[in-house]
Amino acid sequence: MYQYDEYDQTMIDQRVKQFRDQTRRFLAGELTEDQFRPLRLMNGLYIQIHAPMLRVAIPYGMMSATQVRMIAHVARKYDKSFVHFTTRQNFQMNWPKLEDVPDILEALASVQMHAIQSSGNCIRNVTSDQLAGVNANEIEDPRPWAEIVRQWSTFHPEFAYLPRKFKIAVIGSPEDRAATKLHDIGLHLVKNHDGQVGFEVFVGGGLGRTPVIGVQIRPFLEKQDLLSYLEAILRVYNRLGRRDNKYKARIKITVREHGINHIRELVEAEWVQIREQLKLDQKEIDRVKQYFTEPDYDQDAQQDTSYSEMLGQDAAFARWAKQNTADHKVPGYRAVYVSLKKPGVPPGDITSEQLEVLADLAEEFSFAEIRSTHTQNLIFTDVKQADLYALWLRLETEGLATPNINTLTDIICCPGLDYCSLANASSIPVSLEISEKFDDLDYLYDLGDIKIKFSGCMNGCAHQSVGHIGILGVDKKGEEWYQFTLGGSSEADASLGERLGRAIPKEDVVKTVTEILEAYVDLRHQDEAFLSTVRRVGIEPFKERVYADN
Amino acid sequence: MLIIKDREIVEDNWVHLSDEDSLIDGNITVTLTRWQEQHDLLSKHGSGLGIRLSGDEPLEELVPDLHHFQLVVLLFPVFTDGRCYSYARLLRDRYHFKGEVRAQGDVLRDQLFNMSQCGINSFELAKAESAEQALSAFDDFTESYQATVLRPEPLYRRR
Repeated sequence: MYQYDEYDQTMIDQRVKQFRDQTRRFLAGELTEDQFRPLRLMNGLYIQIHAPMLRVAIPYGMMSATQVRMIAHVARKYDKSFVHFTTRQNFQMNWPKLEDVPDILEALASVQMHAIQSSGNCIRNVTSDQLAGVNANEIEDPRPWAEIVRQWSTFHPEFAYLPRKFKIAVIGSPEDRAATKLHDIGLHLVKNHDGQVGFEVFVGGGLGRTPVIGVQIRPFLEKQDLLSYLEAILRVYNRLGRRDNKYKARIKITVREHGINHIRELVEAEWVQIREQLKLDQKEIDRVKQYFTEPDYDQDAQQDTSYSEMLGQDAAFARWAKQNTADHKVPGYRAVYVSLKKPGVPPGDITSEQLEVLADLAEEFSFAEIRSTHTQNLIFTDVKQADLYALWLRLETEGLATPNINTLTDIICCPGLDYCSLANASSIPVSLEISEKFDDLDYLYDLGDIKIKFSGCMNGCAHQSVGHIGILGVDKKGEEWYQFTLGGSSEADASLGERLGRAIPKEDVVKTVTEILEAYVDLRHQDEAFLSTVRRVGIEPFKERVYADN
Repeated sequence: MLIIKDREIVEDNWVHLSDEDSLIDGNITVTLTRWQEQHDLLSKHGSGLGIRLSGDEPLEELVPDLHHFQLVVLLFPVFTDGRCYSYARLLRDRYHFKGEVRAQGDVLRDQLFNMSQCGINSFELAKAESAEQALSAFDDFTESYQATVLRPEPLYRRR
């Protein structure tokens, strides 16, 4: 993975120093809350219900074992010994003290981590596919490009005070595991008719109050033009984006109000002016790519026979291997998901002790690296099949082997009313009720791939609009109600879910999920997936089932 | 009034005229509206002439006239309004404006570094700010990844 040189390290060290001084001035009363807010937000620091919430960036989800140990350490020393992984591959600490934050950032900086631009109206942490570099369908590894974008966007002096937050995701495979069409800019590495690899560029996707699927702004962009094209989009947006109403300030609204054709013309006109000046040279592309070369794979890994033997001998292991591991481009290797969705544990939460075990396991089994996923799980991307059984036993002991990846209980969930000052309704306790109700693995596997996404307010941090089943908490006269949508998707076939009907009271949420699932089981053709069934039959049959009894 | 110019605290020698103020001798700045209405009169002004521009006003309309001005004042009504960062860069990079570019309005110490990287070289700080303390902000960072007005070569061509 990428390693800082003295330039990168100096910049984050100077950021820590700058933020230490900003915090000091705020605590001394020299900065007002209004003046401090954008400064702390640009460093991932929110003021929440219990304490400040600190969001730390994990660029495109990549972590070294050393970094994971440091996360465990800061969570233990400055928080309650656990952290929460988010849908943008970052992690959050929910209980740090404001005055400790500079020390936390200094500790993180010592292992090349930071909280820069993890919040605020600026370019946020760039995200990518958790299977980047290891999946066989890949056109090109997106991670060097994500790193190049990270560097370009970090402290960009022109774009620190945009109309609204701005999110970029990069993928290199036709499958979209990074919800790129729900980002302000989605970059897809594609091959053109001449066999040349470049970027297909999408713009204007986003969730929140007005969910929108991004649209193509350019079918093919040569790779060396990436930064000039991004800069052109950002400059057009910085000038044109609305600043009178924060709910209409995202680029999705700029695109809607001006039309994609007009926006494209403006971007192209800006781009021709800066294209030569900002061309990436091959030397820099090669410099970044050298950090993402293949690890030293064992070419004989597939000679192993113990894996298939253990699959035959241990049904629980076989179930886990089927559900929680993914194909790898190198024969004899698999990618292993670490489920952070154990029933009874808030989705995405992990303790310091568990993180330390994972750091050890990464060193032992997966080239000392771990990644976070946009579904709030973790993944070891390079595990030899011969090691899977030993790894599974250790994960099982730690409660990190719940075999539920991509099932109903692999719920994406925001912190909700329990932690977040924006929320209207609780999400974690209700999602836990759902996981506890559906703890029968055979039933889960029979239901197959169903993605529940659960947000506690219309800001939509858990992407409920693109959940196969989306659940949105709303406040009605001080009571918590839940609005269901069906048929959304964040993948290559991205679509927004359709509203099921009027909101459901809290005590009926689990019952409603049950009824939706029963309707699906009745309606499906053989092994038709949930999403396909909803798309085929529409929302009516589900509506009838859920609202029949009242 | 004291301002920061080229990283030094200096006495300001410009007067900002409203659209109703009578013309006076000495260095003056006017709004875009006044410039457009009194173009002929103002272009004969004997001393320094400057123009004040907000992010709501189209920079491009001003470009043919830039040679008339020694100062362009960019307005930051609130410090979170970042439009004029783009204006500053365009003035410098694209339109090669060599005069003074000044930030006025909600101009706070914590934005000076970015503003200066975008080509703004003078600052009328917001009321409560201490100019002395603010001077250190120009050295908050010693490097930038991007091509900026102060460092036209991006880091990737220099490392």
